[in-house]
Amino acid sequence: MIDFINSTLRFATPLIFASMGGLLCERAGIATICIEGIILVSAFTSAAFDYYSSSPWLSLGAALLVGGVFMLLHAFLTVRVKSDPIISAITVNLLASGMTPLLMKLLFSNSTNTPSLPQENRFLPVFIPFLSSFPIIRHFSNHLSLVYLAILLPFVIQITLTNTRWGLRLIAAGDGPEALVTSGVSLNHTRFVALFLGGCLMAFSGSYLAIGHSSQFIRDMSAGRGFIALAAIIIGKWQPIPTLVACVFFGFTDALQIELQSSEMLNLILPAQFIQSLPYVISLVVLVFAMGRAKPPLAIGQTSR
Amino acid sequence: MNSFLKALSYFLLFFFSDAAYPSSSLKVGLVLDKGGKDDKSFNASAFSGATEAKKQLGIHLKVLECQSDSAIAASLRTFAQHNYDLIIGIGFVQQSPIEEVAKEFPNLSFLLVDAPSSLPNVRSVIFNEHEGSYLVGVIAALTTKTNHIGFIGGMDIPLIRRFERGFRAGAQSIEPRIKTLTYYVGASSDAWRNPTKAKELALGQFSKGVDISFCAAGSSCAGVFDAAEESHRLAIGVDSNQNWVKPGFILTSMVKGVDLAVFQTIEQKLKGRFKPGIIHLGLKEGAISYSLDQYNRPLISAQVEKQTNAIRNLIMKGTIVVPDYYKENQRDQSK
Repeated sequence: MIDFINSTLRFATPLIFASMGGLLCERAGIATICIEGIILVSAFTSAAFDYYSSSPWLSLGAALLVGGVFMLLHAFLTVRVKSDPIISAITVNLLASGMTPLLMKLLFSNSTNTPSLPQENRFLPVFIPFLSSFPIIRHFSNHLSLVYLAILLPFVIQITLTNTRWGLRLIAAGDGPEALVTSGVSLNHTRFVALFLGGCLMAFSGSYLAIGHSSQFIRDMSAGRGFIALAAIIIGKWQPIPTLVACVFFGFTDALQIELQSSEMLNLILPAQFIQSLPYVISLVVLVFAMGRAKPPLAIGQTSR
Repeated sequence: MNSFLKALSYFLLFFFSDAAYPSSSLKVGLVLDKGGKDDKSFNASAFSGATEAKKQLGIHLKVLECQSDSAIAASLRTFAQHNYDLIIGIGFVQQSPIEEVAKEFPNLSFLLVDAPSSLPNVRSVIFNEHEGSYLVGVIAALTTKTNHIGFIGGMDIPLIRRFERGFRAGAQSIEPRIKTLTYYVGASSDAWRNPTKAKELALGQFSKGVDISFCAAGSSCAGVFDAAEESHRLAIGVDSNQNWVKPGFILTSMVKGVDLAVFQTIEQKLKGRFKPGIIHLGLKEGAISYSLDQYNRPLISAQVEKQTNAIRNLIMKGTIVVPDYYKENQRDQSK
């Protein structure tokens, strides 16, 4: 049971970072289906940077910068050049998927993966002394620092969005861009900042995958997590806390799927493919029956004016 | 679009216009699948076999990597149109493209690795993965302290089930009550490059008491090796010798001699002894083995090595018949 919960948390962490980043961008009124691409470039950046610097924190910093800059490309295309956000995002995804093997080839003369990093150069589990003195919670206090950060992040974002001037402006950029412009705030500036920060948050996810949970970058290692994160945003109706719940739920179905595979009885009745498709089946069911109407930010999907 | 085609044709012209090689030498075209020549495993092995042939036999070699499955037929056909004497396709996804192109060019020779074909100008090489998996299963059963071992497959396909079946049978031949826990990374081709998911699967196995896990999941195996290192358990590598990746945590690797198959076929073609048909390569031919080198020497005792080699000899002689998922499944279907 304890292993199961820990596994759920580890699965949910990259999804939480990715969806929180996506949420910021979408709330600012820019459709952002390029989370997948940002995860890839940031995962590659952290693995490559860590190889040369041997410092996970520096590498995380580099990944944040690259993630943010890549989102600025998306921002430039959608906000400044006013191209269609879906097309722009697909461009970013394709660029990420094609560029990373090319750079790997140039840097490490290997187009499939970066060199494996030794354990001491990666993020290591952190014991929280305060938590570890409690009887049950003790078992959950041996995670990477990024895992704890992921759980706190949605609450920080919730408070920032509803209680700061910057957050309210960001929401206005998504729900009523005209009102924002009328009140004399630069719409473009608000959106640029939102997308840059969103890219930084998504980059946490890439770093977690490359130098936290595993020890190298492998081509296309995001394996669809960017799109699952997008689904979590929609299920969470673009609200940070419900999105967090959706992410944990996806982590839960992933962990559950592993548990089910180990049950010999179930394996005889159900083919493995069925068990492996459970996360997607369950999310479809949730979307259809339990959700009601999704309310995206009003300006989303429109080309900027 | 037009300018794109123009650029493409210039590129191809450039690609095929190097007339520097002597016209007498054998022209060999090698088409790799998605993994590419740096996959440290299957394609890498084919590539090293072909480059070795180039070095030793002085052939003319061109290599194409296909980034998508739909590019395979086009790459094969390009070689055929330029009269390459021997065209090699690596991986089971190349089966239908090779057959398609081989029919169009009946005068050229083809080599298909990992899938069967009975066309008159195609030689197809199939490896007896189950024999090697049986052997590493034996090693795992002799080494385990918990009597509980694991298997982690990439995508759930018959080829990978063949590994699993052999592995389980090998372990049970040593200790009938041994438990084998089988997990698959996924049901799509993402499963070959999802190390974080594979790591989670391995951690799940280890927490249930598994102490040795055999991974047949392409690039995803990196995650299993990481998990073994963190939990201080053992993993078994696949396709190429992967012992060096995490010394001390990789018990052994099940090695598939794709390089050997490629080299031998090129050599035979060169000497005019190319034979079409389906060829099975296994322990007896030296195309399948388990790896033992300085990295895993401390993990495998002399006793274990002796016992494993004795079983290997029995398989080679045919005394032990290793269960083959392909054959078992055919029988099931015909019932």
